[in-house]
Amino acid sequence: MSKYKMNILVCGGTGCKSSASDLLAAALRTELAERGLSGEVQVVVTGCFGFCEQGPVVNVLPDNTFYIKVKPEDAVTIVSEHIIKGRKVQNLLYTDPATQTKVDGSGAIDFNKKQLRIALRNCGFIDPEKIEEAIARDGYAALARVLTESSPEEVIGIIKKSGLRGRGGGGFSTGLKWEITSTVEADQKYVVCNADEGDPGAFMDRSILEGDPHTVIEAMAINGYCTGADKGLVYIRAEYPLAIERLKTAINQAREYGLLGKDILGSGFNFDIELRYGAGAFVCGEETALIHSMEGNRGEPTFKPPFPSEEGYLGKPTNVNNVETYANIPPIILKGADWFSSIGTEKSKGTKVFALAGKVNNVGLVEVPMGTTLREVIFEIGGGIKDGKKFKSVQTGGPSGGCLTEKHLDIPIDYDNLIASGSMMGSGGMIVMDEDDCMVSVAKYYLDFTVEESCGKCSPCRIGNKRLHEILDEITKGNGKPDDLDRLRNLSEVIKDTSLCGLGQSSPNPVLSTLEHFHDEYMAHVVDFKCPAGQCRDLMIYTIDAANCVGCTACARVCPVGAIAGERKEVHSIDQTICIKCGACLEKCKFNAVLVS
Amino acid sequence: MNKYLVNLTINDIPVSVPEGTTILDAAKNLDFRIPTLCHHEDLCVAGNCRVCVVEQIGGKALTAACATPVSEGMQIHTNSALVRTARKTIIELLLSEHNSDCTKCYKNGNCELQSLAHEYRVGDHVFIDLVGTRKRVIDNLSPSIIKDDSKCIRCQRCVRTCSELQGVSALAVANKGDHMKISTFFDRPLVEVVCTNCGQCVNRCPVGALVEKTYVEEVWDAINNPNVHVVVQTAPAVRVAIGEELGYDAGERLTGKMVTALKRLGFDSVLDTDFTADLTILEEGTELLTRLKRALVDKDTTVALPMTTSCSPGWIKFIEHTFPEFLPNVSTCKSPQQMFGALAKTYYAQKKGLKAQDICVVSIMPCTAKKYEANRPEMRSSGYKDVNYVLTTRELGMMIKQAGINFQNLEDSHYDSIMGESTGAAVIFGATGGVMEAALRTVYEVVTGREVPFTNLNIVPVRGMEGVKEAKVKIEGCLPEWSFLEGIEVSCAVAHSLVNARDVMQAVKDGRAHYHFIEVMACPGGCLGGGGQPIPTNNEIRNKRAAAIYEEDAGLPLRKSHENPEVKMIYEEFLGAPNSHKSHALLHTHYIPRKRY
Repeated sequence: MSKYKMNILVCGGTGCKSSASDLLAAALRTELAERGLSGEVQVVVTGCFGFCEQGPVVNVLPDNTFYIKVKPEDAVTIVSEHIIKGRKVQNLLYTDPATQTKVDGSGAIDFNKKQLRIALRNCGFIDPEKIEEAIARDGYAALARVLTESSPEEVIGIIKKSGLRGRGGGGFSTGLKWEITSTVEADQKYVVCNADEGDPGAFMDRSILEGDPHTVIEAMAINGYCTGADKGLVYIRAEYPLAIERLKTAINQAREYGLLGKDILGSGFNFDIELRYGAGAFVCGEETALIHSMEGNRGEPTFKPPFPSEEGYLGKPTNVNNVETYANIPPIILKGADWFSSIGTEKSKGTKVFALAGKVNNVGLVEVPMGTTLREVIFEIGGGIKDGKKFKSVQTGGPSGGCLTEKHLDIPIDYDNLIASGSMMGSGGMIVMDEDDCMVSVAKYYLDFTVEESCGKCSPCRIGNKRLHEILDEITKGNGKPDDLDRLRNLSEVIKDTSLCGLGQSSPNPVLSTLEHFHDEYMAHVVDFKCPAGQCRDLMIYTIDAANCVGCTACARVCPVGAIAGERKEVHSIDQTICIKCGACLEKCKFNAVLVS
Repeated sequence: MNKYLVNLTINDIPVSVPEGTTILDAAKNLDFRIPTLCHHEDLCVAGNCRVCVVEQIGGKALTAACATPVSEGMQIHTNSALVRTARKTIIELLLSEHNSDCTKCYKNGNCELQSLAHEYRVGDHVFIDLVGTRKRVIDNLSPSIIKDDSKCIRCQRCVRTCSELQGVSALAVANKGDHMKISTFFDRPLVEVVCTNCGQCVNRCPVGALVEKTYVEEVWDAINNPNVHVVVQTAPAVRVAIGEELGYDAGERLTGKMVTALKRLGFDSVLDTDFTADLTILEEGTELLTRLKRALVDKDTTVALPMTTSCSPGWIKFIEHTFPEFLPNVSTCKSPQQMFGALAKTYYAQKKGLKAQDICVVSIMPCTAKKYEANRPEMRSSGYKDVNYVLTTRELGMMIKQAGINFQNLEDSHYDSIMGESTGAAVIFGATGGVMEAALRTVYEVVTGREVPFTNLNIVPVRGMEGVKEAKVKIEGCLPEWSFLEGIEVSCAVAHSLVNARDVMQAVKDGRAHYHFIEVMACPGGCLGGGGQPIPTNNEIRNKRAAAIYEEDAGLPLRKSHENPEVKMIYEEFLGAPNSHKSHALLHTHYIPRKRY
């Protein structure tokens, strides 16, 4: 990249791209060309920067100026002001929500301050469609070192010593998994990359594949070398067209460079990668279901043992790791196990990428060292709760995780602490909720997802979750009874204890954690038939405050069901048996006379 | 691989079992029964109903006993408080979506879910019962099988049966989550898809979701109609299985009592399908010899060899769908049931001075596919529907119970004449390999004038439960008219279960196997393991029934089909000779190529 004086990095992740960042990049190139600057300033379309809330984002190097919400028509201004005159475009800079001041350097933004990017190290810095850029940032150096200097056992030793645990949710020791696969004798073994990212709102794997596909290819090859597999398969959901495209490009480039295929780097090691497309079923993230799906069968989990390491794809030993796990491998090889294990907590080493979403100011992808607290992630990186509302809960671990509260905010995030607090790491979803969120509805929302995404094979998951959902539904409609809470709890325990795979074994977590931490809110629903957050429409009662009502008849006229009666200039009233709680009267009344309780 | 013993305790009692044994089987060793629903010993482990969960001390959750192999030092509790709560909850969950209209259900009294509900004294439904709102889909268009999704507990026994045992996969799993269901190709009725009507799914369905279509009431109506002469025929495999419906252990030979019971039920004439089984041997044996002669002497290259048997209607439907190009290889002989029907309304009618339209032919079969066969439009060579009603062994048991007959105290009696006489060769039609053995006994003797060279006529290589059996019989010392067969080694194959039939036919198709004659029975073990046989049927029970069949054969005075005096008589009086013009009109048929879905 050195031959250019300046580089304009334009995010080409799915989020920014859907906000026309590709048009923006084209506009920048046109503008530069018109001004004869094409030889001096380069426009690089990169992978995801992570700061998706503010997309499309642009970073101008070398002065590291960070522009947000950039539209194609801003290209002219950026070139004429910033590139030519050296003046930063003030209206495109990020405004710190706390101080209301413009922040120009990307490093100065709170969102970036606490982050430590290992898995995402290249995302937003390189053009993912150019292998040279990956190589310039040490891409394939780890593979070269491994093939020329280390035995498979030594490499497995390094990975084990680093303490890396599976980032897909299970948290199983990656080195140990590799070791098991490597010791099973077989004529053929496989290495699989699980890119079936299914947690709603989680997109770290997609971003890695879109922003730095070569790191995954390199890590899979290293894995193949260690386990004795010469074939790699990436199971990727077909809804990730951009990731698929970039991965295909990267695989072809790696083949051209002799980094995939026969006799890689003259070492005698053969390895190649093929893609397998998933149809987006959540359960196919479970490794046995994933393997069945790859084989062309129905994506249903099967009982373990046998583990895929022993009997996996086509009955052969198969090592399955997820995208983010792979992305950690090359840095560990290059910088050493000690470097990696110096980051994080006692049992959870390195960093974790979280997809921060919900009622938080800075929605996006963040990578932080294990042991960072939820408070740091939500209030410092995330910039706190939107619109100055009060924090209520944070849900981690995707639909199978639990809801944590204020009292958990200072717990250092790692696998074990999250489980101990009734949630889990999962693949790194993190959804923040504020005082307006009803926790019963939140639990119901997650159950809605699991009911839909259960494969339906085992009865506790298939029927049990459906029944949980029905009980929650009745509660939110005002038909709940206090003993429903016991039924929810008991049924949840049975589903957890008896389900066949991880999906069912964790699906009641949102119910159990909300029952534990928000018991009062449940009680309000089933005893007083009130929703404290004001979300459950069926529990709301609209009345007219006689003191404020002037008898203007506006509410009666807007009511779609004729529930409001009253003469002109007289106090109106709402017939509760007719009212459908649509809220139209509330919106219409200019005198604050409609009350909701 | 030598299996070493694993030590564990079950309910605190120590037990040592070979490595690889499941907890379920280990518990059986200690006389602890663990309830199951999806488990069936004929099928692969599914582990999806979860009622077999047991508690493992130190384990993370409850584990499925059917799917978990024992491990050293395991401590298992099969009836702890945790297990009982979970198991009862799962039963309640299954009932919450099950159409529990038990008193009106065909399987009332023989339903595994009903038994479990009774065992655990499940009272009022704990969960919201949505059965009433679920769309009920009943497929009753097939003459053999009724599929009622409202009773289905989605254990997938039928799906595994259809794919693993039969290689048909007419039934498969569709959709996911709560919408998961057992479906057919595009949800078409069974009668329109590849279903062979074998009824193995019916035999394994733990509930009333798959049952045979019953014709018991129609048969009672016929019996009670004074203007109808009702003839009943009984298949070979019924006599060794009917006892299981009436309180006997498996493997009791009850031919004499069964005949008495049929007479008491009011049938006008109790006759034997074994008579037409003997007739089949003469027709089919002659057909085989004719084909061999055309191939060897006339050098006719259009002769379809190997010839396959045609007794099993499940096999016929299977080959029509799966290997339609091999239909010329199938013997044109009708099955013994249909030969019987055609003769009952012609020969028998003539001898008894009855009109064909006044005769009602009822079959008692171990088979559900026979119901379909009797309905085939080809099966009307008497000018009327040759066989009016087909009942399974189970339905006969039902009739005997309805009539209040104390079966165990009945005297033996003999079949009526004519068409009631049979030989041991006909009885063994009920076991896999039986048709082959009977054919060889006759064909060898026809060709050489000597008995087949096996001790006591027992052609042991074609007996037993091996999926595919092969036998070679060298023909030496031919009678002059058969001299073209001198020195030829007749190569035979016997397959039972359609998955094995598929293998044999594929081998023939690929030129990997060369046979002269192939016997195929659609069901595991042959007719004795038929879909219409008593429930449960498993390997142990099949072996007992087979032993009874061979005992019956060994004890009979006549053991070769061509020695059956009534068979000799029918050729003299009515048919002329085997494969005569009249034989062809009444006893032979043709087949229809069908589509592969």
